[in-house]
Amino acid sequence: MPIRLRVNGKPETFGGDADMPLLWFLRDYLHLTGTKYGCGAGLCGACTVHVDGAALRSCSTPMSAVDGHSVTTIEGLADDALHRLQVAWIEDSVPQCGYCQPGQIMQAAALIQRYVGGTISDEDIDQGMFGNICRCGTYTRIRTAIRKAVQEGS
Amino acid sequence: MKKEQLPCSSRRQFIQTMAQGATFVVAVKLLPIAGLATADDLPGGRWRPDILLSLDGTGLVTFTCHRSEMGQKVRVSLAQVIADELEADWDRIRVEQADGDARYGDQNTDGSQSVRMNFARLRQVGATVRLALETAAATIWKVPVSECLANMHVVTHTPSGKTLAYGQLAEVAASLPLPAPDQAKLKSRDQWKYIGRTVTDGDLLPIVSGRTVFGFDVNLPGMRTALIARPPVLFGSVKSFDKSAAMKVGGVEHVLELPALAPPAAFKALGGVAVVATDAWSAIKGRRALDVQWAPSVNDDYDSGEFAASLLKMTDVPGNSVRNEGDVEAALSSGNRIVSATYYVPHLAQAPMEPPCATARFEDGKVEMWVCTQSPQAVQESVSGALGIKKEAVTVHVTALGGAFGRKAKADFAVEAAILAREVGHPVKVMWTREDDIQHGYYHTVSAQRFDAALDAGGRAIAWRQRAAFPSILTTFNPAAKVPIPPELRGFIDNPFDIPNMRMEVDGAGAHVRIGWLRSVTALFFGFGAQSFACELAVAAGRDPKDYLLELIGPPRNVDLGKEVAFDNYGDPIDTHPLDTARLRNVIEIAARRAQWGRKMTPGTGLGIAACRSFSSYVATVVEVEVRKDGSLLLPAVYMAIDAGTVVNPDHVRAQCEGGAVYGLSCALAQVTARNGAVVQSNFHDYPVARINDAPKVIDVHIVESDAPPAGVGEAPVPPFAPALCNAIHAATGRRIRVLPIDRKALA
Repeated sequence: MPIRLRVNGKPETFGGDADMPLLWFLRDYLHLTGTKYGCGAGLCGACTVHVDGAALRSCSTPMSAVDGHSVTTIEGLADDALHRLQVAWIEDSVPQCGYCQPGQIMQAAALIQRYVGGTISDEDIDQGMFGNICRCGTYTRIRTAIRKAVQEGS
Repeated sequence: MKKEQLPCSSRRQFIQTMAQGATFVVAVKLLPIAGLATADDLPGGRWRPDILLSLDGTGLVTFTCHRSEMGQKVRVSLAQVIADELEADWDRIRVEQADGDARYGDQNTDGSQSVRMNFARLRQVGATVRLALETAAATIWKVPVSECLANMHVVTHTPSGKTLAYGQLAEVAASLPLPAPDQAKLKSRDQWKYIGRTVTDGDLLPIVSGRTVFGFDVNLPGMRTALIARPPVLFGSVKSFDKSAAMKVGGVEHVLELPALAPPAAFKALGGVAVVATDAWSAIKGRRALDVQWAPSVNDDYDSGEFAASLLKMTDVPGNSVRNEGDVEAALSSGNRIVSATYYVPHLAQAPMEPPCATARFEDGKVEMWVCTQSPQAVQESVSGALGIKKEAVTVHVTALGGAFGRKAKADFAVEAAILAREVGHPVKVMWTREDDIQHGYYHTVSAQRFDAALDAGGRAIAWRQRAAFPSILTTFNPAAKVPIPPELRGFIDNPFDIPNMRMEVDGAGAHVRIGWLRSVTALFFGFGAQSFACELAVAAGRDPKDYLLELIGPPRNVDLGKEVAFDNYGDPIDTHPLDTARLRNVIEIAARRAQWGRKMTPGTGLGIAACRSFSSYVATVVEVEVRKDGSLLLPAVYMAIDAGTVVNPDHVRAQCEGGAVYGLSCALAQVTARNGAVVQSNFHDYPVARINDAPKVIDVHIVESDAPPAGVGEAPVPPFAPALCNAIHAATGRRIRVLPIDRKALA
């Protein structure tokens, strides 16, 4: 039986190796390359996507685990307009090289859901974002942009 | 309509124009020297003129950036420089990425050089094209060019108020001889619109939308994906391999042996066995199924711990003197108070978020490549060498780089892709996994340093002897090389301290892994050693570390190292980029003031300061640390002051300081070690780079206003970080850290 899932709202099927990580299905089969390879071991967060709204490391999530589930990638995070985090990321010039940033944004988007309209502390941000590595060192700007996006959600 | 433009008559000609329809295109040979190329200098006597700047009939200006983009925002800053002199509307500038091409001059995006080496030239190009547009308007209106003024994409005839937009001028401008470069007048600083300001960055939207194409994201019709099992030890080779299990993996099409690597390593492929598959996952599984036996290597005995001990031992005895002032030995043996210490910094991996990756297509004896490279011309050269084809037969498209930090200045991974593309007859993407990246890199060299200083009765330093021993980067290109070369002595030989007796000695050693550049290179460990030891002297003298550091630096002056000292000033003349202690003192005082240096600290917390001149920039860093009971480190704030001369984009400088602090922190937390010749670490679990919870809560950056020529910004913020942090840890705990990485458990 092929695996059936939705990616960015679109139905997809996959009949290959059910052990293949979701990351490679997105990148090699759907050519959604916004989701990045960084470590292959769930250590860096570059591959973060949403599965049924929760942030997950696609490099360590086999296709068998997403059968019947709904996946959102950076390409599908916002419809027409940008997500408030993407806006904040641009306003604060968060990205340097940009490679880890789709993963950072996807992680942050899941994190802020329960804070929007309120406030989020730096400790909460650090706790929510510590799994996402940025070698350019944009962490202080990531914190600022998340705080801003949370506040502007009110 | 295509019409070739006659070359302009000036012997100093550097620009040619060509009409391409209504497109006005300009090229300049970007030599790494201040002089402008003459027509005679051009390779083969002629060149394609559409390589730098074009203006079309709609007014769209296309700037082709010849330097690689890896997060330093070079595509924006170089465009700012040219747009300013061009009097262009920023919103009508498009940036394209240049292929590798010797006609650009130096494209190797390293050494924090892009703005430093291109600022003057790009201003001149912009100003020349501005004058060309004014001249075109004057021709159309039949008025003197002095009455025509370019401003924001429009030329105005000032007496009448008539205007013509740039797009309307393109065709006429292209039909006229281009003004000689010395005719164009550069704008004065107070006329700058973009230089010195923050501008919109068109690369941000694709990044946050996941649309930027990095090396990993290249996709060609019929492309295969390859992973390579490389020899675990440098110069190891394949003894035998069994490909049967790998070939059974669905999607795996080829398993083939690459040529063994013979010294020197240079930018050649490491060898090993490649698994070529239809897609990444098949290649990953195929490589796992592969059974390879490795033949012994000359480096099988390499143990980085033993090697560290041997390097430290080398510093017990005199090395090659590279700087000698006064009589250090006498001062060290005349009954003065002596302070001595040894320092050690391990191998480090650049570990960019995007590991190395290259895609190649081989057709009719030619290779077309898409590479996340810092140095497309190095790719051309290395691939041409490996395949025995001409450099011109290697086309290199430069993708966005997902970080680089020196790793992607090396072309080895591109060579692998080119070899495989030729072998299998399909386009091939070679992907490096994180394990490949950590275990088969070009590592930051290991270094040992020994410091001996003499203090007089008042605690003033009267002698400073510094010995350093480390394998040179040159060993990667010449295994017999034993002595580090002048560019590796920066931050050491140019120590600006005002001490009457100074002696610097250096020794080399053979390397057993590939040694390569890592962000800030040797300035990293020289800065760590010297700025930590300076604090040790302050403590020994019972003085405030900041005041003592200023005293060590001495009065404001340009340090004259003398002719016998082989100081390589980052490629710049010492007159334009002097060793200016006034600027060094200034950044120290600013950072200290912003940190409220001297404030009362609670137990377990401390402030530390360090300051380095590197890449001709002056950076002072104050770190505030809290050492918690479990030894973990909290960084409530970091205060940085930078004097980088003229700044093109202050937000870029701020970002590089923030990122440089975090990179410096990572350099103090992680290490690469080797056992039995093979690298022990493999991924982020055992190469623990800084995460958001490690990062400073606040990074305060002050940029000094300066009219001095631009200096390097990408690397200079890194060297002062680790010593400032370790000086802060000392202030907080009394513990002196002389060996990196910081052993946080030992601080508990």
